[in-house]
Amino acid sequence: MDLLVAMGEAEGATHLIDIEAAHVDGCLYLGQAGLDFVLTLVDGGGRVKVPTTLNVSSLDLLHPDLYRGDPATAEAARSVMDAYVDLGCLPTWTCAPYQLPSRPGLGQQIAWGESNAIVFANSVLGARTNRYGDFMDICCALTGRAPFSGLHTEEGRRATVHIVLNAPDRALDSDLLYPLLGHVVGQTCGTRVAVIVGLDARADEDRLKALGAAAATAGSVGMFHAVGVTPEAPSLSAALAGENVEVVSVDSTALQAARDELTTATGSLGAVSVGTPHMSIAELRTLASLAAGRKTAVPFYVNTSRDVLSSAEQAGLGSSLEAFGATVVTDTCTYVTPIMKPVVGYVMTNSAKWAYYAPANLGVTVGFGSLAECVESAIAGQRVAAEDLW
Amino acid sequence: MSGQQVLVDGYTQGPLLVLDEPLSIWGGVDSHTGRIVDERHPQFGETVRRKIIVLPHGRGSSSSSSVLAEMLRRGTGPAGIVLEKPDSILVIGSLIANRLYGSTCPVVVSPVLGDTGGLWQISAGGLTKIS
Repeated sequence: MDLLVAMGEAEGATHLIDIEAAHVDGCLYLGQAGLDFVLTLVDGGGRVKVPTTLNVSSLDLLHPDLYRGDPATAEAARSVMDAYVDLGCLPTWTCAPYQLPSRPGLGQQIAWGESNAIVFANSVLGARTNRYGDFMDICCALTGRAPFSGLHTEEGRRATVHIVLNAPDRALDSDLLYPLLGHVVGQTCGTRVAVIVGLDARADEDRLKALGAAAATAGSVGMFHAVGVTPEAPSLSAALAGENVEVVSVDSTALQAARDELTTATGSLGAVSVGTPHMSIAELRTLASLAAGRKTAVPFYVNTSRDVLSSAEQAGLGSSLEAFGATVVTDTCTYVTPIMKPVVGYVMTNSAKWAYYAPANLGVTVGFGSLAECVESAIAGQRVAAEDLW
Repeated sequence: MSGQQVLVDGYTQGPLLVLDEPLSIWGGVDSHTGRIVDERHPQFGETVRRKIIVLPHGRGSSSSSSVLAEMLRRGTGPAGIVLEKPDSILVIGSLIANRLYGSTCPVVVSPVLGDTGGLWQISAGGLTKIS
């Protein structure tokens, strides 16, 4: 509780509020400090006060043979995971808790970690959370409280940047648009809330997920509005903080620049990784239909949650992914733990977040493309650009 | 000190490392060495170890607090952090490392004026140049 107060003071909060749920990101093993911290909480008899989901870990407990790292690290990683479960957290192991059956709704106060989940909760669900880092998220969960500041408050959620999307209408039909737009939004906004004008109902949840994840990677974006699409932006004026805000136009040139920036590829195609953040059931259906009756020529990794995988298996999607040759990864993600076999050449992905972090985390180069391009490239064994950039 | 706000207190001194862009500590810094490994970052290849790092704000991952705490445990972390605006993810990383290991990494919001060379300190009064 004293940590909450210290944090609240740093943010200029006047008081603490009750929260209804939490999502904890600290269960990914990043070194001894994270383990020491959570064991201190367990030894102190800690127990979460609100329903608390857990983010990706370092291990795939459903497919343990995929792990290629050091056994001692795996043991420490498992200890971190067990400790968070001991505190009463739910073993969901997903960075997309908004795909779980129980998810927060409009106006609910929550405390979430994981940058992509935070931006989705605020922007798409209309729930209210600040950007909670590791340690802080579990402190909120244990106390059921959070400092009242920033995105918890009405005024903190208003946009102070106005983004005008100037792209051809057909660009909105392409999955490519959304992560690229998110990348530009992140670079433009830093920590500010943006309102985007120019999107429509074609921006479904999976596309908004891709946009938000990219924005929270390239910047510190905790929330965006899309006029006519997200729940707190029925109109431009409803979302704006005032009249005198910066207006930024994003055109095809800026989107192409974002694509170039996310592509570090050299050499030949070595592998494909999709599903960062975790794939939804709708995305798995699309993947299964693109892959039906075909076979990948390179290792093809699909990251999803155990919950979504279970739904996918019930829907009969598992066998077609297996026939395609895909390796399904749950509970973790290919860019945070050693799962991928050594790659000769570059890795193709449909995720701006994966494209951003994988070069430093894994030492690979990356080609960026849509899900359809990833599948076609995997089958061809070389990069296929199925979609031009408008 | 006008325009200064101490977010995590403590005394430290060291040279400044001015980061021209926000940095995600997770995925951006190697906790074993303190070296910046984000190839897109202007200060790629520099080390944050024992430097007072100056940056607009953090970026990206909410795991950065864990990585900061781990670096402070290992002794590869920065001597202090100077921000343009408060960043709770970095604040909590420093606070937890202090509780667990007694490490010191004060975090302040402060402008940095004039020549950024030489030796600097962070104290109860905020950031000041020593020599």
